[in-house]
Amino acid sequence: MKMRGARILIEALRCEGVEHIFGYPGGAVLHVYDELNQHSDRIKHYLVRHEQGALFAAAGYAQATGKTGVALVTSGPGGTNAVTGIANAFMDSIPIVVFTGQVPTHLIGNDAFQEADLTGITRSCTKHNYLVKHVEDLAPTIKEAFHIAGTGRPGPVLVDMPKDMTAQETTFSYPETISMRSYKPTLHGHPGQIRRAVEAMIKAKRPVLYVGGGAVAAGAHQEVRLLAEKLRLPTTCTLMALGTFPSSHPLSLGMLGMHGGYWTNMAIDTSDLIISVGARFDDRVTGKLDQFAQQAKIIHIDIDPSCIGKNVKTEIPVVGDARTVLKQMLADIERQLESGARVTDRQPWFDQIDQWRKDHPFFVNDDGDVIKPQKVIHELKRLTNSQAIVSADVGQHQMWTAQLYGFERPRQWLNSGGLGAMGYGVPAAMGAAVARPNETVVAVVGDGGFQMSFQELATIVEHNIPVKILIINNGYLGMVRQWQEQFYARNYSYSDINVAPDFVKLAEAFGMRALRATKSSEVTGVLESALNTPGPVLMDIQVAREENVFPIVPAGAALKEMILS
Amino acid sequence: MRHTISLLVEDEYGMLPRVAGLFSARGYSIDTLCVGPTLEDGISRMTMTTHGNDQVIEQIIKQLRKLVKVIKVTDLTERAHVEREMVMVAVTAEVGGHRQEVLNIVNIFRAKVVDVSNDSFILELTGNAEKLQAFIDVLKPMGIKEMVRTGTVAMTRVAATRVHQLKGNEETFSQLTLNEKV
Repeated sequence: MKMRGARILIEALRCEGVEHIFGYPGGAVLHVYDELNQHSDRIKHYLVRHEQGALFAAAGYAQATGKTGVALVTSGPGGTNAVTGIANAFMDSIPIVVFTGQVPTHLIGNDAFQEADLTGITRSCTKHNYLVKHVEDLAPTIKEAFHIAGTGRPGPVLVDMPKDMTAQETTFSYPETISMRSYKPTLHGHPGQIRRAVEAMIKAKRPVLYVGGGAVAAGAHQEVRLLAEKLRLPTTCTLMALGTFPSSHPLSLGMLGMHGGYWTNMAIDTSDLIISVGARFDDRVTGKLDQFAQQAKIIHIDIDPSCIGKNVKTEIPVVGDARTVLKQMLADIERQLESGARVTDRQPWFDQIDQWRKDHPFFVNDDGDVIKPQKVIHELKRLTNSQAIVSADVGQHQMWTAQLYGFERPRQWLNSGGLGAMGYGVPAAMGAAVARPNETVVAVVGDGGFQMSFQELATIVEHNIPVKILIINNGYLGMVRQWQEQFYARNYSYSDINVAPDFVKLAEAFGMRALRATKSSEVTGVLESALNTPGPVLMDIQVAREENVFPIVPAGAALKEMILS
Repeated sequence: MRHTISLLVEDEYGMLPRVAGLFSARGYSIDTLCVGPTLEDGISRMTMTTHGNDQVIEQIIKQLRKLVKVIKVTDLTERAHVEREMVMVAVTAEVGGHRQEVLNIVNIFRAKVVDVSNDSFILELTGNAEKLQAFIDVLKPMGIKEMVRTGTVAMTRVAATRVHQLKGNEETFSQLTLNEKV
């Protein structure tokens, strides 16, 4: 059957199982919008209030489910407004397909109205991108885009559609399978490397299992747990992977890196074997590279070969899908144990870690009437039993949440880890709540990031998306202020944002229920009330203004040089 | 160290900026770059020379392989291969001047004269980068008006072509044996 490109897009999205998309219309995508509301029973479109929100919502949707998120924006400014969200998805390996409008093919390069070279602009922040030049290519391109976004190391793929491509007609047929000679991710690990890795794991005296976002993407949480339990490996998660290994598990070390636990960073620093599963040894994790885990051998499992050996020297590289490789390893462990191998006694190692943990635990204290932000996160954890889906924005509140919430399962924690994009928290929670309507979804945000994203309250109210927004309001760009305090002699240069709207009135102006806490004694009541109210609720929690995140590894310092208080 | 890297890529819109952009975005440098068709429709070959320590070169190769439309990446540096570049030099050669001297140099380097006028020649020479540089250095005192140089193209030696090459060219013979020892 012949149909126009705009309809082909709708049909192709259905073939990919897409149920929800986040978008914003404009001239170049009007043909698509002309179809969209006629097919709203098949694909539900959420009208965001800024294109960046569409990308963050699609990210939250994808991160909460593992499904590929979809965003649709217009040409020129629509596309450029989406770039931050695309870069975020690229840095955090989130599968998203972004459809952008483009000026008609005969106008490309003419500096036409709302023209921007979107494939050029996004080349370095997409996994791949396309400019559709023939309407016959549209369906196969969409097939390829979803294939690339969701396989291998996931990431954003952009499909730029000139306006005439959505107007012209052709016969719709959607390819059932796909094979690309230039793109075949390696899934299985090399058996020889697996055997060497398992031997090292069995022999190690002070091993640490270091789990990253790749383990989430691969759905490897069960295998991670089996491996940790089988060989009794202390296990740390990166910021991106929190929850992949349950925080309450006796083998859990929590988060490592710049704001990781003292015991976690000391364990890494002292370790003789680091087993990295889908993590990338980024600078926020390693601190000063040449002093990172100097006594440790490194096993590095990653589906992206370019991650291996990029930052640290790796003794045993294993290229492959985290889940597949861990399954291979578990089988090899059985084999080696049956042939008489014995796991090294690691009691001294566990005793040492316990001692570190006792010496310098995370602290949550009271300060009279003043609300301590850590206390707020602690209460949120208690009242939701560590079971809510929590998105964070970027800054101090993000680190307190990462340290204290105690994530128990994968895809429960959403944040902008790699790019560190403020404005992520609210729209990401919105996307997650669309995907998981029956779960409690909380956006923990700062007053700075909230002011970069609060236009999405309109979207949230319009669709009654049950997001609980918890503003940790200290009137500062808190993390900037903390660095200025600690490393710039308290010169608080342009980080004070105390001149701000009344967030409760603001939410009410959008038609959203809102609550405020200004005293420590009010926190529990506000949280309980918000969590027990159906639909969206905003909480303005006015916390101690100059609280710091500890521990902190100063920029360029080694992990063991962390400042504890 | 200098490396010669050969890529087979899908002949698609935007391939060159994808490859070039990767280098600029990650702070690597391209010294030379040649792009052309292959025997198979839809596949182009890019040959590039770059430099860096082992870790940088390893990253360059891995990052190139990661590009979705790159089919194959080969580092030719550590295997037996032949490299060629071409240069065209417009050199001053006035009637009654040093025309004969220039022609002598052309003979020595087995170059060609591809254009003649009353006051200049255009010379063409093919060879590896060192040979071209030597040629240019010798011509400089004669007065070079303009010079145009291609990037490097390179090809792995295959067993069949080895015999042929050995017979014809002593220079490549020594290079081959050297590479085989390595």
